[in-house]
Amino acid sequence: MASAHEESRNGFHGGSHDAQVIPIDRGRSSRGAGGFADFDGALDPEDDRRLAELLAFVRRRIAGEYEVDEFGFDAELTDKVLLEIMRPLYRHWFRAETVDVENVPGESGALVVANHSGTIPLDALMLQVALHDDHPDRRALRLLGADLVYQLPLLGHLARKTGHTLACREDADRLLRKGELVGVFPEGFKGVGKPFSERYKLQRFGRGGFVASAIRAGVPIVPCAIVGAEEIYPKIGDLRFLARALGLPYLPITPLFPWFGLLGLVPLPSKWLIGFGEPIRTDEYDPSDADDPMLVFNLTDQVREVIQQQLNELRLRRGHAFPPFL
Amino acid sequence: MTHTVLVTGVSRHIGARVASVLAADPDIGRVIGVDTVPPPSLSRDGGVPLGRTEFVRVDLRSPDIAQVIAAADIDTVVHMSLVSAPPRSGGRALMKEHNVIGTMQLLGACQRSATVRRVVVRSTTAVYGSSPRDPAVFTEDAEPGEPPTHGYAKDASEVEGYVRGFARRRRDVSVTTLRFANFMGPGVDSPLTRYFSQPLLPTVFGFDPRLQFVHEDDAVEVLRRTAMEDHPGTFNVAGDGVLLLSQCVRRAGLLSLPIPSPAFRLIGDLARGAGMMDFSPEQLRLMCHGRVVDTARLVQALGWKPKFSTSAAFEDFLHSRGMDGGLPAAMVDALSHMVTR
Repeated sequence: MASAHEESRNGFHGGSHDAQVIPIDRGRSSRGAGGFADFDGALDPEDDRRLAELLAFVRRRIAGEYEVDEFGFDAELTDKVLLEIMRPLYRHWFRAETVDVENVPGESGALVVANHSGTIPLDALMLQVALHDDHPDRRALRLLGADLVYQLPLLGHLARKTGHTLACREDADRLLRKGELVGVFPEGFKGVGKPFSERYKLQRFGRGGFVASAIRAGVPIVPCAIVGAEEIYPKIGDLRFLARALGLPYLPITPLFPWFGLLGLVPLPSKWLIGFGEPIRTDEYDPSDADDPMLVFNLTDQVREVIQQQLNELRLRRGHAFPPFL
Repeated sequence: MTHTVLVTGVSRHIGARVASVLAADPDIGRVIGVDTVPPPSLSRDGGVPLGRTEFVRVDLRSPDIAQVIAAADIDTVVHMSLVSAPPRSGGRALMKEHNVIGTMQLLGACQRSATVRRVVVRSTTAVYGSSPRDPAVFTEDAEPGEPPTHGYAKDASEVEGYVRGFARRRRDVSVTTLRFANFMGPGVDSPLTRYFSQPLLPTVFGFDPRLQFVHEDDAVEVLRRTAMEDHPGTFNVAGDGVLLLSQCVRRAGLLSLPIPSPAFRLIGDLARGAGMMDFSPEQLRLMCHGRVVDTARLVQALGWKPKFSTSAAFEDFLHSRGMDGGLPAAMVDALSHMVTR
C-alpha cells in the first residue's frame, strides 16, 4: 500500500511539473501546427519535444499504463485534463487569489476545513486548483464528499478520479494516516445550498467528525475561508417540490436560472479570495481524546469561529464582488 | 509431527493446486482430497497433478464427510469447496446447498472430531458487498453498509457465520478465514475471467469500478502457509494496488460498451437465462461501485507479501491468453513514429 502510494505521489509531482510546461490545449494546438510544420520540414525542437510528450501521454492513456491509488485517484488525469479545464475559470473568470497559502503544511498530513457556498460546489474544485497551483509544494487536495455524489453515474467516478472520496470516518482516517492533505466542508448541503441573503454566514458544522479524525491522526486543522463563491449563483428561490421529486437536496432559482436555460448555468464572474489561517494543532491531544464529545465540540466551535472571522476580514479586503463594475 | 490434511473442493483449479503443494511438502504425512466430482484428467482437461493426494469422492452435503475425517485422523482441514457460480445443471438452489449445507456438514464433523486442530476456510471479499455508502477501503472489521442479499456473497456471509460459531464452540481449534479478492491468473476460470475473455465488454455507463485481484500463485501460497501454521482470525487476501475497470479494458486492448444500468441488469438476466454467462446482481453492483480491501493484517501475520500486485496478476492473465494491449497502443506508436520521425 505504502509503496503504491509513494509511486502515485511521485507520479503526481512529476506530472504537475510537466503540466506547467505543456498545458494540454497548447499541446493540442502544437500537434496540429507541428504536424503541418513537419511536412514543411520546419519543426521547432521545443514543439517537437512537446509533441513527443503529448503522444507519450496519449499512449499511456490508451494503453491503460497509469497508476491510480486505492481510492481511485488518477493523478495524471486530474492534473493534465481536469484541473486544466478548471484553470481558466480560476485564473481569468474568478481572478482567484490565495492569501497565506504557506499556512498549509508542505509534506505532512493536514485537514483543511472550509466554508461551503455557491449553490453548485465549484468552490471545492477551485480550492483544489488553489492548493495545487499556488502552494509551493503543489499539494493534491483529497476532498471528502457526500454519498449522493457516489450514487450518480459519471459524477461518482469523476469524483474518485480527481481524488475525492466519501466523507466517512474510515476514509478520512486512512488518508490522514497516509500524510495526505484532506479537505472538508462541514456545512455540507446546508452551506452550499443556502439562500443568497444568508451569504457569508457559516451554517451549523455537522457532528464534528472531522475534528475527531484530525485528533486521531494528530494532524493540524487549517481553517480556510473562500470569499467569492457566494456570488456565482445567487440563490433567490428554491423549487422544493421539483427537487424532492428528483431526489436532489435543492433546486435553485437564481437571477439567470432557470429563465435563461443552460445560459443560467454560467457562473457570475465574482472576484475570489481564498485565505488560509494559522494551523490549529491537535498533536497535544491523545488519540483517545477523539472520543471525548466535549473536547470535540469545543474544538469544532473554535474552528468555526476562526473561519467566520476570516470570512469577515477577507470580505472587507476584497471589497466589491464584481470589480471593476460594482 | 506429521500432518494429515483434508482439502475440500479438490477438483477445481485452486483446490487442486493447494492439494498438490501440500502433497509435495515432506512435513505432511497424508493429503486427502474430497470433492463431489472426480478431478479432471491431466492430459485431456488440463488438470493439475495432485501428487500423492488421495482422492475420495464425497458429497459434502451428506454426513459421509464425518467418516472420512474420523477414519483418517485428520488434523488440518482446508475448506475450498465454495462455488461462485451455479453449476450448469442445477442452478442456484444446488449451489446454495453445496456452499452452505456442505460447510455445515463439514464443520459439524470437525466439531465432533478429537483430532482436528486447524481449520482454514476460503471466503471472499464479496462479503463486504459494494455500495456508494461504503468506505473506499475495507478492513477486516468493516461492517458492510448493505450486507449481500444474493448469490455467492450471501452464501459466503452465511458460511462465515457458521465458521464463527464453530470457532466459538471449539476454542482449541485454530480457525482461519481467508477473504480472497477475485482470483486472476492463467489457470483461473471464474465469471470475471470469462468476462475479460469476451471481445466486447459491456460496462455500466457512468461508472468505473476499482477492482482488485489476487494471483492464483499467491492464493495457493497463502493457503499453504495458513494450512501449515496457526494464524487464527479473518484476513483479506489481495494483490497490492488497484485497477480501474477502464484500465483493465485498455490494458487488454479490448473495447467496452457502456450500457445504462437498468439495461445492463436486463441484459445480464437475459444472458443468464440463456445460459451464456452468469451475471448476478452482486456483479452488477461490483461493476458500479467496485471494492478494495486492506491487506495489512495478512502481511503482518504471515510476514509475507503477495508476489503479484493487482496489475501484475492481471498482466499475467492477459499474457497467458495472448492478449497484450495490441491495436490501439500500436496505432498511437505508428502515429508518433510518423509525426516525430
